Amino acid sequence: MSNFYRDNPDILFHMENMDISRVIKLKEDNFAEKEECSYAPKDIEDAMDNYDLILEIVGEIAGGFIAGRAPEVDQAGAKFENGEVTYAKGTVEALDRLKKADLMGFTLPRKYGGINVPKTIYSIAIEVIARADASLMNIFGLQEIADTIYHFGSEDQRRRFLPRFTTGEVMGAMALTEPDAGSDLQSVSLKARQNSEGQWLLNGVKRFITNGCADVSLVLARSEEGTTGGRGISLFIYERDEHMKIRRIERKLGIHGSPTCEIQFNNAPAELLGKRKMGLVKYTMSLMNGARLAVAAQAIGIAEAAYREAKTYAASRVQFKKQIHDFSAIYEILVDIKVNIEAARTLLYETARMVDIKEGIEEKIARHPESQSDLKDALKQYSKFSSLFTPLVKAYAAEMGNKVCYDAIQVHGGVGYTCEFNVERHFRDVRITNIYEGTTQLQIVAAIGGVIRGVVFERLNEFESDNDFSSIRDLFQAAQKLRTHLETAVTHIKEKQDAVYQEYHARRLVEMATDTVISYLLCRDGLKSDRKKKIARHFISKAQHRVRSTLNCVLSDDHGTIDFRDEILVWMDTR
Amino acid sequence: MGLKIVVTVKQVPDTHNLSRDAMKPDGTVNRNALPAIFNPEDLNALEEALKIKETLGATVTAISMGPPKAKDVLKECLYRGADDGILISDRQFAGADTLATSYALKCAVEKIGGFDLILCGRQAIDGDTAQVGPQIAEKLNLNQLTCVSEIIEINDQTVIAKRIVEGGYEIVKSRLPVLITILAGANEPRSPSAKRVMAFKNIDSKVCETSYDEVYVEPDSCDMIGFIKEWNARTIDADPSICGLSGSPTKVKKIEGVVLTTGVAKKVENTQAGIADLVHELIEEHIIG
Repeated sequence: MSNFYRDNPDILFHMENMDISRVIKLKEDNFAEKEECSYAPKDIEDAMDNYDLILEIVGEIAGGFIAGRAPEVDQAGAKFENGEVTYAKGTVEALDRLKKADLMGFTLPRKYGGINVPKTIYSIAIEVIARADASLMNIFGLQEIADTIYHFGSEDQRRRFLPRFTTGEVMGAMALTEPDAGSDLQSVSLKARQNSEGQWLLNGVKRFITNGCADVSLVLARSEEGTTGGRGISLFIYERDEHMKIRRIERKLGIHGSPTCEIQFNNAPAELLGKRKMGLVKYTMSLMNGARLAVAAQAIGIAEAAYREAKTYAASRVQFKKQIHDFSAIYEILVDIKVNIEAARTLLYETARMVDIKEGIEEKIARHPESQSDLKDALKQYSKFSSLFTPLVKAYAAEMGNKVCYDAIQVHGGVGYTCEFNVERHFRDVRITNIYEGTTQLQIVAAIGGVIRGVVFERLNEFESDNDFSSIRDLFQAAQKLRTHLETAVTHIKEKQDAVYQEYHARRLVEMATDTVISYLLCRDGLKSDRKKKIARHFISKAQHRVRSTLNCVLSDDHGTIDFRDEILVWMDTR
Repeated sequence: MGLKIVVTVKQVPDTHNLSRDAMKPDGTVNRNALPAIFNPEDLNALEEALKIKETLGATVTAISMGPPKAKDVLKECLYRGADDGILISDRQFAGADTLATSYALKCAVEKIGGFDLILCGRQAIDGDTAQVGPQIAEKLNLNQLTCVSEIIEINDQTVIAKRIVEGGYEIVKSRLPVLITILAGANEPRSPSAKRVMAFKNIDSKVCETSYDEVYVEPDSCDMIGFIKEWNARTIDADPSICGLSGSPTKVKKIEGVVLTTGVAKKVENTQAGIADLVHELIEEHIIG
């Protein structure tokens, strides 16, 4: 029985070296609760020690309890019978354990029963749980519903709902997607109408709702009759009653423990969260951004699990009288996997830290309105950074996780394809991470603006001024070279003023930006550890080839794909 | 409010990961060579107490006899939901065998007083004697239910439990107060609660020579207890001559490495004659006597 936190030296490295003191000060409002609450920290060191102990509990439950149940949860899956969803036995037991350990109100303030932990630390918990059972993370991670109620709900709503989340009495769901509104949430058509008493009633169907059977759901609905765009949509809190029917649950490739429901609302009473018409444009975006961080962490957790399986197998499998991990074809795969997992992790924590600062500033302004003018600029800055980095890390981690699981099966060879080994489960589970909470393609759309407009360079400038890279000058210069390539590509695209061409290359630009940002972050980590210097060197040397070749592609002005699309896809013989 | 439950817990060397220097030449355990852990079946006993606390309401007091470091297992009890922790610690208790240990624990339990239920793990993984629980019950003149795998029903008067016996199980009923020893299979002990870990991580122990009632803080009346109580031989009115090494008739003659093999099992009939035969055989083999 291993502890999935304590046995992970990379996470421990970050816990030891990450500087989240600003986050902690904001989150703890300068330790205002230290006298009145026995479990509130008294200073930064105390808070970090608390986080370490909390993660130790998470790690113990994940490694000692959840992981062993995961294969059975995968086999049994969540079930749908007589209109009701039941979780697999292992899921129920794991949730009960997490509840009793006070882990269901991770990020919520203590006054509502939470443990007031920053998202950066929460991401680690998510990763650790996903490593044990990816499907459980979905249900565990839906405590973010409560986070949204906290941020945008009234005090009355907070008091009524949040303590029930933190004790684990209720679980949440976010009901956004509809049969005809997937990536395009602006076309949500589920109706919300007020009756003569002012009570909101919901009517319509939601589809692909993770944990749609939950007690409390946030439902995106069209509250403004006759509108078609995103501005006619509001977000509602719906508490499960007889007015909502679960129509079915999906049979799917992976995450079998997490029920994906199709649900139908028939005059279901609901209450408005926050302001009308802000449902999609503000609240859902915030909710989705939180969920994107969580999915990035989930993908990293699954990748970590697959990596460990592959590494163990490669050490035990002997062919041609050699352990297969001594063949370069195999150890290169293992090294790439390890480096890319660590790359994703450093990007995740950096992103989470920026999100924490942004939310911390927002809360501080809410608590101390007089501080608004001082904090306005910082808030703007960190909002920009969060909006860029969140899709970056979601796209990178999810694609990385998929590649890792693919390669982990390859290391296993034929047995990896059988159900006797865990890697096939990881492969199936990870496949959703680059689809839900916005596909990778949509993350590119969300991130490209920040790349073109130069937000990414603002952040890179900060890195350059905040750190002294002189001890690793050559390495850092190699990272800066990537930046130069990225700048060249962005300038080229901007000068062309061709929207179609820009859209066509968006993915390439975002990937260049991601490679560059990660290279900077790994250099920073390299200042703290010699091993991390090697990780940085490896990553950057591989990134150089990628980035240069991508740059050439962007500079080529080749319109081939755009121009010949029809000829290639539709067989038009124009001989 | 509810039942008053005492749980005995022990910090033990982790015998699951034995190394060569696990024993000292004099036959005692080399505590430095082995990590100290919470005796596994004591966690099961604590879990039963906490389950009763959740359903019936109870105050759960964990007690442990050991060196000052044994405070760690009491902290673990607080992390999981115990209301109070008492460390029985005194140089005079050093070198105690089961007889002397059960005497000291009996004195401590008497000092606590007014208990309805004492829960012990069946046995500790260092000595594996399974004697301390039963001896405490004998010394307190209490009913005892040993090797319990399930507490089926409990109220403020009686308890019904399932105990594992050779070849099967029996369901037994006892009035309270009673001492119960719990088996590993009885439950899967809970994890520590994050809030309680943060609240108690820095808790210290404090030597208390005053009477129990004076230092006892109602757990519900204040946020959390302030310290783990430390009681010495005098606090619990223990007679020094029957404590520790001087109160321990068990003497280790020599230590040898033995590879255990499964031999032929022999059933001893639970009759006067059967037991007499067994005792006779043990004397013949120089195992006792």
